[in-house]
Amino acid sequence: MFYAILRRFGQMLFVMFGISVIVFLIFFATPGADPAARIAGRNASPEVLEAVRHSFGFDRPLYVQYVTMMEKIFVTGDLTSFVNRGWKVVPAVMDSIPVTLSLVFGAAILWVVVSIVIGIVAAATRDSWLDKLLMALGLLGISMPVYWLGEVMNLITQSRYHDSWAFSWVPPLGYKNFSDDPKGWFLTLVIPWITLAILYIGIYGRVLRAAIIESLQEDFIRTARAKGLSETRILLRHALRTSLIAFVTLFGLDFGALVGGSALLTEVVFGLHGIGKLTYDALQNLDLPMIMATVMYASMFVVIANAVVDFVYILLDPRLRTS
Amino acid sequence: MILSVRDLKVSFRTDAGLVRAIDGVSFDLGESEILGVVGESGSGKTVSLLAVMGLITDPNASIEGSIRYKGRELVGLPPRELRRLRGNEIAMIFQDPMTALTPVYTIGWQIAEQIRAHRSISKAKAMERVEELLAEVNFPNPHEAMSRYPHQLSGGMRQRAVIAMALSCNPALLVADEPTTALDVTVQAGILDLVRKLRATHKSAVVFITHDMGVVSELADRVMVMYAGRVVERGSRMELFSDPRHPYTRALLGSIPPLTGEKPRRLPAIPGSPPSLLRLPQGCAFGPRCPVHYEPCATSKPDLGIGTHAAACFRVAQA
Repeated sequence: MFYAILRRFGQMLFVMFGISVIVFLIFFATPGADPAARIAGRNASPEVLEAVRHSFGFDRPLYVQYVTMMEKIFVTGDLTSFVNRGWKVVPAVMDSIPVTLSLVFGAAILWVVVSIVIGIVAAATRDSWLDKLLMALGLLGISMPVYWLGEVMNLITQSRYHDSWAFSWVPPLGYKNFSDDPKGWFLTLVIPWITLAILYIGIYGRVLRAAIIESLQEDFIRTARAKGLSETRILLRHALRTSLIAFVTLFGLDFGALVGGSALLTEVVFGLHGIGKLTYDALQNLDLPMIMATVMYASMFVVIANAVVDFVYILLDPRLRTS
Repeated sequence: MILSVRDLKVSFRTDAGLVRAIDGVSFDLGESEILGVVGESGSGKTVSLLAVMGLITDPNASIEGSIRYKGRELVGLPPRELRRLRGNEIAMIFQDPMTALTPVYTIGWQIAEQIRAHRSISKAKAMERVEELLAEVNFPNPHEAMSRYPHQLSGGMRQRAVIAMALSCNPALLVADEPTTALDVTVQAGILDLVRKLRATHKSAVVFITHDMGVVSELADRVMVMYAGRVVERGSRMELFSDPRHPYTRALLGSIPPLTGEKPRRLPAIPGSPPSLLRLPQGCAFGPRCPVHYEPCATSKPDLGIGTHAAACFRVAQA
């Protein structure tokens, strides 16, 4: 077990190394483009260009450039964005991380809990009006684009009905630090959480329902019935447990991507300056150091999320333990 | 009588029409008796016993007739009552041990789950009982085996675990649905020995479903041959093997390779294939494949008649 974890950890490092090399090559070694000019930004003076060239080691071999870049991101943390006039990149990323993590973690808890309940109820009452209603609602949730839903939410909670009793508690848009104001942190995030979770509740509820119904056809379910177990126990202990594997796979992929910046639309709609927003702005300005840092950060979370999923697999499915 | 089934009919509504999987099956089972149920795939042998277990969950199925367990009617019994019997007094062993156990729990856990569903005992006590049971079904190292997952055991071992599970509450009736079909011949022999031994120690009555005449000849006290949802012949093992009356039974016995004497160059086979339950012939279902059929066979279905040894064939009634 310990060895397996260690091996998985080594794989993670290797994947991240691969990603960093590829991203580095794309942005800094594309033939015909001068990375120094890119980093220095438009209308940079020859002195600035020279300083950039020297500071990033562009006058030296490629591997030295790569090592310099990694050192600036991970060791010294003094990677500087020239486009944004000397803005330090690493602290900017660090400031954005809690915003995105707060948003995605909260939404994830919400969507996992609600979709498991929906999946179980729909599977248990298969083909009834309740099942059909839940699945139709799920489809509706999947069909609503998150930016549109977010704006509608804002329209309702921030302007149209803000003064009614139902939404007067909703604070203005923006992010509040958990350490400064836990209550404010929670209240500002409630609407974004719901908005982001609705899409995933729809998807996960439907996936889980299908997986449970498939499990219920299995031979071991017949055995469980022959044992004289109650239907509830069969559903929860035998069918649900074996259905969670597909669910966890999906969750790892979605969670990693969201933490890595895919929550961009939600962040923009609700004025949250998270990783998605940061990456988007960096791409707009072609801010190479910032892009490098955010991509490294995003890949790290995708890789970590996948490793966590692999561990959860091992917990869920003993067949994977012996290898 | 432990079990008494009268005129059992099971049918399924399908898009193509009503399928009558079981058409008027009756049989009795005495205490600690082994009844072999033989037939081809689709003859209704499994469905009839699933009906006894109350395990036909298809909402399109309808079950008619009477199934009495120790005098108590099971058809129409509320699910809660039925559940109390299932796994407790009536237990079942399934055909494929590879898929019959939940892959994510240890076999000890799964057996204990059944015990605790029917007896109010502590987890530790249940685990003790599991160890005894695994020892009884000849696990070489029962204590260690309890913490094994199904995928860590061979097919034969899994089937032993399934049998241990079935026996965990000392059932009066054990239904075994082709428990040896998915196993190697040597493992099969071990399982058959086990069933015989357990009948002796637990005094359970056993219904043993199989398509293997060899297994029946070794194990069963009485035999029931099924074809297209009906019983075509029944009798004691001796009667059936020494004096098979129904042409189908004869054909089945004829297609077993002889152990002694000269081996035929080609094994005789029954021509044709079993009829579709959707388009059963008007008369005897075996008629189209029968070597001795004549006019009455095409128009009406022969009855099984009464008596311990009986065959549903006009030729037999005639003789």
